[in-house]
Amino acid sequence: MSVWARHKIFETNSIILIIGVLIVIAIGGLVEIVPLFYLKSTIEKVEGVRPYTPLELAGRNIYVREGCYNCHSQMIRPLRDEVERYGHYSLAAESMYDRPFQWGSKRTGPDLARVGNKYSDDWHRDHLANPRAVVPGSIMPSYPWLATTELDADHVSEDMKVQAHLGVPYTPEMIDKAGSDIRIQATTDAPNADDLVKRYPGAQVRNFGGNPQKVTEADALIAYLQMLGTQVDFKLYDNKANVR
Amino acid sequence: MAQTATNPKGMTFGEAGSALAFAALSFLSIIIAAKAYTPEYAFHAYLFAAAAGAAVFKIVDRYYDRPAELPPLTINGKPNYNMGPVKFATIASVFWGVAGFTIGLLIALQLAFPALNFDSAWLSFGRMRPLHTSAVIFAFGGNVLIASSLYVVQRTCRARLVGDIAPWFVVLGYNFFIVIAGTGYLLGITQGKEYAEPEWYADLWLTVVWVAYFLVFLGTIMRRKEPHIYVANWFYLAFILTIAVLHLGNNATIPVSIFSPKSYIVWSGVQDAMVQWWYGHNAVGFFLTAGFLAIMYYFIPKRAERPVYSYRLSIIHFWALIFLYIWAGPHHLHYTALPDWAQTLGMVFSIMLWMPSWGGMINGLMTLSGAWDKLRTDPVLRLMVVSVAFYGMSTFEGPLMSVKAVNSLSHYTDWTIGHVHSGALGWVAYVSFGAIYCLVPWLWNKERLYSMKAVSWHFWISTLGIVLYISSMWVAGILQGLMWRAYTSLGFLEYSFIEVVEAMQPFYVIRALGGALFVAGSLIMAWNIWKTITVGEEAAEAPALQPSLMAAE
Repeated sequence: MSVWARHKIFETNSIILIIGVLIVIAIGGLVEIVPLFYLKSTIEKVEGVRPYTPLELAGRNIYVREGCYNCHSQMIRPLRDEVERYGHYSLAAESMYDRPFQWGSKRTGPDLARVGNKYSDDWHRDHLANPRAVVPGSIMPSYPWLATTELDADHVSEDMKVQAHLGVPYTPEMIDKAGSDIRIQATTDAPNADDLVKRYPGAQVRNFGGNPQKVTEADALIAYLQMLGTQVDFKLYDNKANVR
Repeated sequence: MAQTATNPKGMTFGEAGSALAFAALSFLSIIIAAKAYTPEYAFHAYLFAAAAGAAVFKIVDRYYDRPAELPPLTINGKPNYNMGPVKFATIASVFWGVAGFTIGLLIALQLAFPALNFDSAWLSFGRMRPLHTSAVIFAFGGNVLIASSLYVVQRTCRARLVGDIAPWFVVLGYNFFIVIAGTGYLLGITQGKEYAEPEWYADLWLTVVWVAYFLVFLGTIMRRKEPHIYVANWFYLAFILTIAVLHLGNNATIPVSIFSPKSYIVWSGVQDAMVQWWYGHNAVGFFLTAGFLAIMYYFIPKRAERPVYSYRLSIIHFWALIFLYIWAGPHHLHYTALPDWAQTLGMVFSIMLWMPSWGGMINGLMTLSGAWDKLRTDPVLRLMVVSVAFYGMSTFEGPLMSVKAVNSLSHYTDWTIGHVHSGALGWVAYVSFGAIYCLVPWLWNKERLYSMKAVSWHFWISTLGIVLYISSMWVAGILQGLMWRAYTSLGFLEYSFIEVVEAMQPFYVIRALGGALFVAGSLIMAWNIWKTITVGEEAAEAPALQPSLMAAE
């Protein structure tokens, strides 16, 4: 009986064929995915990475909703030109709370992993309303409705509850205060800002969207953009300690 | 079938059960719509309620119209094939194909002329691009796969499809998923994972449809009159199974609430990236490759009237391809924060994947041994053979781009877009066009297509379109990569990012022109198909039931 004839067992028995296929396709995925969950070197030990504030989380969800990831990456590779253009290469730890990850696969526009604090809020407002007003050659769509649409702040605490359930260190206090934290973070000189910053170290508190009357989607999105890549202090970061 | 038997007419378990299930779904959807967090989600819930209500009506209506006995499995010893769902999916594939290509043309034009975003949320590039990718991959490609698989499995097993309502549920349920997914993107409902954008409730629905698809397909194989399972069915089976595994793994989310469209994925950051590209690359490997290789293994031998070139090669091709493909995902994550060992594994297996890919290409092309002259006279066969050639080209380019040194230049650029489209337009779409051109006369019992000349025009116009598309994207992508890393003699980066964007303009215009030609070709096809069905000459006799598909030893 030749080897080829033995293949008959798969060709004449659909259940054996199915089992064969399942075993063969399982191997590669298991070998590549499972170790990422228990190898400690997968995610570096880094100071400063914290969960998103409710306002930043809402902004991130707008970033996802509008499909920004279709044109912008959030992953700086350790290549000379990228590090000089965008800043320190991205660490795995910096996206440890990202659901979904937004590393992207295309740079029709520039990488945004460290766009935080590179431009003013005014610039972001003008840019979102009409990119060509500040960057004449830009081909980015305009998002004029963000600055006028009120942010849906009613359900953010539920979002945080789900994330806490998945292991993000949101405390019950953070979840309780999600609604008020949104308003506080989007208000310049807010009286309770210190409490918020205690809960979320390094959070930037001010009116981001330019309309002090209400919290808009522009407030949330710009708050998110302004924190991107700012959590880790690379003057203190020891990349030798994390050689993998 | 004993026609004298006077069984009292009664609802089958399937009819009663599915009518009840749809009624319950409709009721649940109305409750969800009433309490939905967002108007967009309420709209989807109403769509579910309406569709489920229509399904209940259709099932009951169909029951009253049908004879007491279900259709027989055989008539006079010949299989009584169930081609209704196949016809629907074939028409749907043509419709979604034209729609998906047209949206592709629109977003290509948006990149050249941003005013075409019209300052509108619905039409902005970020929402339209997933609409394009899903429309062409899942709506066009998915319907081609469902139509061809349900046709091929019946023919090669000489058995009627399993189930009475189930095959219709698969076809209509799948297309309903497409509608939910597509309208969701326009309304801003997305998971934000490439090629897996539909939210949790659409994913759940697809899971149910997919399980039904698997059971119909497997049940039909089990009903076969042939001792052997034909090679095309191995590929279809691997495609259906693996897509199910990938879909479940990459869409493992927890909804915020049953009243909210939003969900959060259980994986995060680097693990989510790995799971996403394990899914993403194997959506290419199993949806866009294994499924369409099944089409190649049935339709090319059938059309060329030659046996598959090598039976042994098809065995090696099958097992090597499905084993190696699963490993290739990390090549989408070179130089990222994914650990190096995983990147290296991804690169090594991607390069090895070249071999089974070309094995399959050789098996497809060499099937024409002794029938090469048909390429001159049969434009349908020409479409399919050129598709296999494009398959060979893009499966060479893929391993090349998975090499880390090459990838450091090509990643994030339009080179990737060009590579994808040489595979998507040249391979997937062309082999699909070939299968559709074969299927329509067979399904509607026509002597031939309405116009072979129109097929020839379709072929040449879209080939010119593909050439413009991929060559402009090669140049654009490599130019982009080189400009980003260009340094002046003083050691400064030479170009700002926006200068690179501006340099892309002429290539984006050429690409859009190529896309326009491809759309034009697909419109010619739609016209030809419509004419064939409505005024085509009836076939003199039913096509032969026994296809000559035994592989040469």
